[in-house]
Amino acid sequence: MPDYDLLLLRFGEITLKGRNRSRFEKAALSHVKALLHAFPRTEAWKDYGRIYVVLNGEPAQQIIQVLKNVFGVMSICPVKIVPSQLDDIIAAATSFIQDRPEIRETTFKVSARRVWKGFPYSSLEMNKLVSKPILESVPGLTVDVHHPAVDLRVEIREEETYLYSEVIRAAGGFPLGTNGKAMLLLSGGIDSPVAGWSAMRRGLEIECVHFHSYPFTSKKAEEKVIDLARVLSGYAGKIKIHLVPFTEIQTVLAQSGHDNLIITLMRRSMLRIATRLAENNGALALVTGDSLGQVASQTLSSMNVIGRATNLPLLRPLVMSDKEEIINTAHQIGTYDLSILPYEDCCTLFVPKSPATNPNLNVVERIESSLTQLDGLIEEAVKGTETLLIQPGEAINRDSEEEPVVQEKWF
Amino acid sequence: MIYFDHAATSPPLEDVTRTMAEVMAQHYGNPSSLHRLGDESGKLLKKAREVCADALKVKPSEIVFTSGATESNNLALKGAAWQYINRGKHIVTTTIEHPSVFECCEQLQGLGWEVTYLPVNASGQVTVKQVSDAIREDTIVVSVMHVNNEIGTVQPIAEIGAMLKNNYPRVLFHVDGVQGFGKIPLSISDCGIDLYSLSAHKWRGPKGVGLLYVRDGLVLSPLMAGGGQEGGLRPGTENVPSIVGMAKAIRLASENVTAKSQEMSRLKEILVHGIQDLPQLVLNSGRDGAPHIVHFSYPGMKAEVILHMLEEEGFIVSTQSACSSKYLEPSRILLAMGKDAATASSGIRVSLGSEHTEDHINKLLNSLTKIINKLQKLKGEPS
Repeated sequence: MPDYDLLLLRFGEITLKGRNRSRFEKAALSHVKALLHAFPRTEAWKDYGRIYVVLNGEPAQQIIQVLKNVFGVMSICPVKIVPSQLDDIIAAATSFIQDRPEIRETTFKVSARRVWKGFPYSSLEMNKLVSKPILESVPGLTVDVHHPAVDLRVEIREEETYLYSEVIRAAGGFPLGTNGKAMLLLSGGIDSPVAGWSAMRRGLEIECVHFHSYPFTSKKAEEKVIDLARVLSGYAGKIKIHLVPFTEIQTVLAQSGHDNLIITLMRRSMLRIATRLAENNGALALVTGDSLGQVASQTLSSMNVIGRATNLPLLRPLVMSDKEEIINTAHQIGTYDLSILPYEDCCTLFVPKSPATNPNLNVVERIESSLTQLDGLIEEAVKGTETLLIQPGEAINRDSEEEPVVQEKWF
Repeated sequence: MIYFDHAATSPPLEDVTRTMAEVMAQHYGNPSSLHRLGDESGKLLKKAREVCADALKVKPSEIVFTSGATESNNLALKGAAWQYINRGKHIVTTTIEHPSVFECCEQLQGLGWEVTYLPVNASGQVTVKQVSDAIREDTIVVSVMHVNNEIGTVQPIAEIGAMLKNNYPRVLFHVDGVQGFGKIPLSISDCGIDLYSLSAHKWRGPKGVGLLYVRDGLVLSPLMAGGGQEGGLRPGTENVPSIVGMAKAIRLASENVTAKSQEMSRLKEILVHGIQDLPQLVLNSGRDGAPHIVHFSYPGMKAEVILHMLEEEGFIVSTQSACSSKYLEPSRILLAMGKDAATASSGIRVSLGSEHTEDHINKLLNSLTKIINKLQKLKGEPS
């Protein structure tokens, strides 16, 4: 591994943003800076279309892993800095290739670019001057100017010259929070955390809403969801989670005598509560982990009936994804292992033998209007919601617990 | 009484024993139970795992709680041997490992594995080249201790790890970290370590509890069948109070390692000079060894005599390592280093802890001088 001095971060689609572009870049830079807090010697600033992170001796590989999570950043190039002198450039470029033993028996080219036009050699001349000694010193390496396996870039500036060849893909999308705020319905499953991540990647700020129904579900289920939110907070710096008491509503719906529609009814109540929470918290959309056809409540007909319970745009990032794709992403973003922990979800107790895959909106609305206490219960659930702020690696303090089980003095 | 036997075991910190008593009394729920009491114990375990991972700068999912280093070493070696039986049946280790590694390897040999025991040089070290030369197509694991428990030799762990990662990424690297942790800074991730064993009582935690670091993605075959605790790797109801006590101790032990190490080195240097001033004694531990272990021999004198005489003077030291001191044979480690039998059977180990002061060391040296003079006189008299 060469000793890298600098990371070059490039933006993706936000470069298309015209007048708003600077706002987007600022958001990405502040996200980068937040994540770099753990590496105090680093410095970061932005320039047209790029963010520069000077490492000052901090570990490149670790920082790359962290910065790969910055939304809006398309790619990361680790850079070696050398003085803008021909001899220095040639010597450094040669050892740059030599230090990467995987570059053998392959094709390469040199792409020199003079940002500083005062440099005495032209780009074309530089390509030849730099590639010759490399070819001589690395056995098995050949030049291919059209499709090289390794493209060694030499960017010559007045103060210094950048050498780089690796282009590491980053998260892409839009910088965090640049597209407004939405409420994510977060269950303990595999899908909803992935939906949350996808939404954040499109520049949405997310607040999580979780419905719990103790004693139908265990406290561990709730902790698992908090842990999932904590993983998501790693991408955002912090995240809010609203824990909604759902037991009463679930009990009333279960007693309504419409076994096969209970999931539909529950989902509609959840959307109503989430909508109220969105209004209270300035969010303009709801995000769910729905994936078309996956379960009864995710048939087109169910989605239609359920979705009508809210006026807010209902965003379903995973609606057209295959389960396998979703699982892959869950692995990638680090939620999978938590999601598969075997705690009861709030719906499992009431899963009917044959849930309606084709519910009728009129029937559902009639049942709801016969449940006169429902509106009041929804209001109570909103009032009884506990909101926690979650930050990666930080413990949370909950007012509801008298004495914490885990006493700090013990550790 | 001044206690100089930290390498055998260390006095548990008062904070640790108090914590354990409180946890034991308040949180007796089985962590696997669904009810509130179980849940609470589970939370303590989770926190303890995070604290341990933090101290080692690894992920909580990489920590497996065990009953101590002997179990950790057995789980690492046999677990890897059984799991990767189709990959090969060859193990590389050294001649100066702790019995829990050494005899584990001998056991595996009896079951058809081949083991290469690398010899050590006069100061007790193996070289990277020796390890590299010993590796074969069918090698599954290399096991090298960080610090030797008897004479304190430090092995080139970072270099061995780098060599393995660069040339033999499929060969697992196990490090018995028992004597090194808290004494010499070591980064598990930078050294390419896949498996790392620790025992809590060596750094002022409780006995009967330890841990094995198992790099994420690495699969081991469990030694015991049971209820699936610790990801199935180490089943059995978790010892919650001890694990919490260990977490407290590991956090304290991992703080200011460099400063503590420097201070112990300073004291060691004084002790070593004092011993060198006594012509009857032979120093066995090297200058560049671990900062907390000084080992010397009094050739021609049974080690036990010195041990008991020092004890009368108020000092606790050790002969050989505690694990083998009940046998009267010469030390396997010293013989491996090329010492003669007289030196190898008269070894005394003084092992320091962070509570020691220069005054303690000077008192020990005074008593040692007194004892040697006394013994010299006795030897001089006709029997």
